[in-house]
Amino acid sequence: MLTFIVRRTLWTAVVMFVITVLVFIIFFKTPGVDPARAIAGRNPSPQVLAEIRAQLGLNRPLYVQYGVMMKKIFITRDLVSYSNQGTKVVQEIFAAAPATLSLVFGAALIWIVMAIVMGVAAARLRGRIYDPILMVIALIGVSAPVFWVGQVINLITQGSLHSNVFRWLPPLGYTSFTTSPVLWFEGLIFPWITLSILYIGFYARVLRANLLEIQNEDYIRTARAKGLSERRVLVRHTLRTSMITFVSLFGLDFGALVGGGAILTEVVFGIHGVGFLTYESLTNLDLPTIIAVVIYGAFFIVLANALVDIGYAWIDPRVRPT
Amino acid sequence: MASPLLEIRDLKVSFRTEDGIVRAVDGVSCSLYEGETLGIVGESGSGKSVTMMSVMRLITDPNAQFEGEVIYKGTNLMNLSQDQIRSIRGAGIGMIFQDPMTSLNPVYKVGWQIEEQIREHEHVSRQAARDRAVELLTAVGIPNARERVDAYPHQFSGGMRQRVMIAMAVSCNPDVLIADEPTTALDVTIQAQILALIKKLRQDFGTAVVLITHDMGVVADMADRIAVMYAGRIIEQGTQRDLFYDPQHPYTWGLLGSIARLDRPRPRRLAAIPGLPPSLMRLPVGCAFGERCAHRFERCSELPLLLDRSGTSHLDACHLSPQQKKDLRDRTIHPELVEERP
Repeated sequence: MLTFIVRRTLWTAVVMFVITVLVFIIFFKTPGVDPARAIAGRNPSPQVLAEIRAQLGLNRPLYVQYGVMMKKIFITRDLVSYSNQGTKVVQEIFAAAPATLSLVFGAALIWIVMAIVMGVAAARLRGRIYDPILMVIALIGVSAPVFWVGQVINLITQGSLHSNVFRWLPPLGYTSFTTSPVLWFEGLIFPWITLSILYIGFYARVLRANLLEIQNEDYIRTARAKGLSERRVLVRHTLRTSMITFVSLFGLDFGALVGGGAILTEVVFGIHGVGFLTYESLTNLDLPTIIAVVIYGAFFIVLANALVDIGYAWIDPRVRPT
Repeated sequence: MASPLLEIRDLKVSFRTEDGIVRAVDGVSCSLYEGETLGIVGESGSGKSVTMMSVMRLITDPNAQFEGEVIYKGTNLMNLSQDQIRSIRGAGIGMIFQDPMTSLNPVYKVGWQIEEQIREHEHVSRQAARDRAVELLTAVGIPNARERVDAYPHQFSGGMRQRVMIAMAVSCNPDVLIADEPTTALDVTIQAQILALIKKLRQDFGTAVVLITHDMGVVADMADRIAVMYAGRIIEQGTQRDLFYDPQHPYTWGLLGSIARLDRPRPRRLAAIPGLPPSLMRLPVGCAFGERCAHRFERCSELPLLLDRSGTSHLDACHLSPQQKKDLRDRTIHPELVEERP
């Protein structure tokens, strides 16, 4: 276990290093990107530009700039944004993380439950009309883009029907749980649904295919021959074994979402989470924030990978080290 | 004789497929008496597994259609509800399968899988079920059963897994044990051990055994009575002695003739039955074996029934007269012996 943790930590460090270097190089090699010019305003004099460059350290060699930036992120934690000189980037991410976590956890709960219900229902109803109907619904869910679904939901809930059915709904945005649990919940209902639709569709289809495959396994026949009820065969044998696939997929998707992958949902619903921050920093070409967000995202993806591996060993005894 | 423990009466199983109806089992009748071993022999696709899977009502294919009766202790299993048949599966009739590598659930400990079955049928505590699992594992010859009960299937070899399957199948003291090619996936030495184990359990617990196999050697060793299946029908049925020393059906002769025997001169090559089994979708009119039979005559276009043709309990489905059979038999089973005669 200890070697596993050490190996994973080293691996995380390597991944983060490579990603940040890449992002850093891409940023400075992209034509037309000059943070000094963006800060200096219209028609700046060359002296002003040079002054700003010196202030930001942009006139120093790239590797020094990189080193300074990493130091400011990990050690002094006082890296400031280019576009908004008052904001400290690290603190900004920590402030945004709860919104993202609330969004992703809630959505994940919905999508796990719904995907299992739909996947199991479709597998059980195979050979009847309900199976293809469910799978077409799932396919529509996979195909519907989040920004479109989100906007349509907003149009209905915040627009046409806001005066009657959805009167209780707060305006777009995120209220922290500690401020008001009720507002937190109400404000997140539709973002949760929007974010989970894609994953429900995808997971339901994967689960159905997996269940049908496992249903033909010899050990399912054995379970029936033992005299177990169909329900027990399904839950304790078929579904239990299909969780091996389900969990490994889930870990990766969940990690990517917590790491800022819910960017579209956050933007459409005005939730100021990490995804929203990413979106803003990309539109402003704000390198410090981009780098910090990328590190944050990479951390969660690698963490999710490690958790998937641990979870995998937990649900599949065959891969456990002996 | 007492009334049979398990009686199959005119069982027919067919599957609807895109190309037409496949008659996998076509009117099989046979009985199993207390404490005996019935061997069912036949090649792949002859319907032996489908027959016994139908007895257990384990065929879940929605395109399968069943006719006939399966009487177990006076109840027709074919009429039972799912819940009623469940109380017989595993408790009254235990079953072991061909491939021990895939027959156990890989994610549960073997002990847990045995306990699960015990607790499904009997109201006993976890601890009691666990103790029984350890006892059973010991009985089937798993060393260190107390520790191995907490091992996962992948930590066992194929032979050991089959032992676990057997322990599981007999865990609720069934009257009938159906063994569907229990040794096919195992190598020869392990095969002998598993067969010896089944024999021992039959002696110790008085369980009646249905042994499905394609191996004449296995039935010769194990079975009291033997039924030979071909193309979904039983074509010969009798005691082990009848089958091996007085076989009546040309197909049985073919099977016996294809065995390499150590107590006879070595043949130049093993005799084989020419041709292939017929498609179950388009069975020939009359005797299904007719097209491959060297002794075919006019009457063979009429379906031969499984009848007692020799005045004993030895049944066969061949139109030849007993005398003709006697004459033709030796030539078919041991052609090289005949040829070598001056």
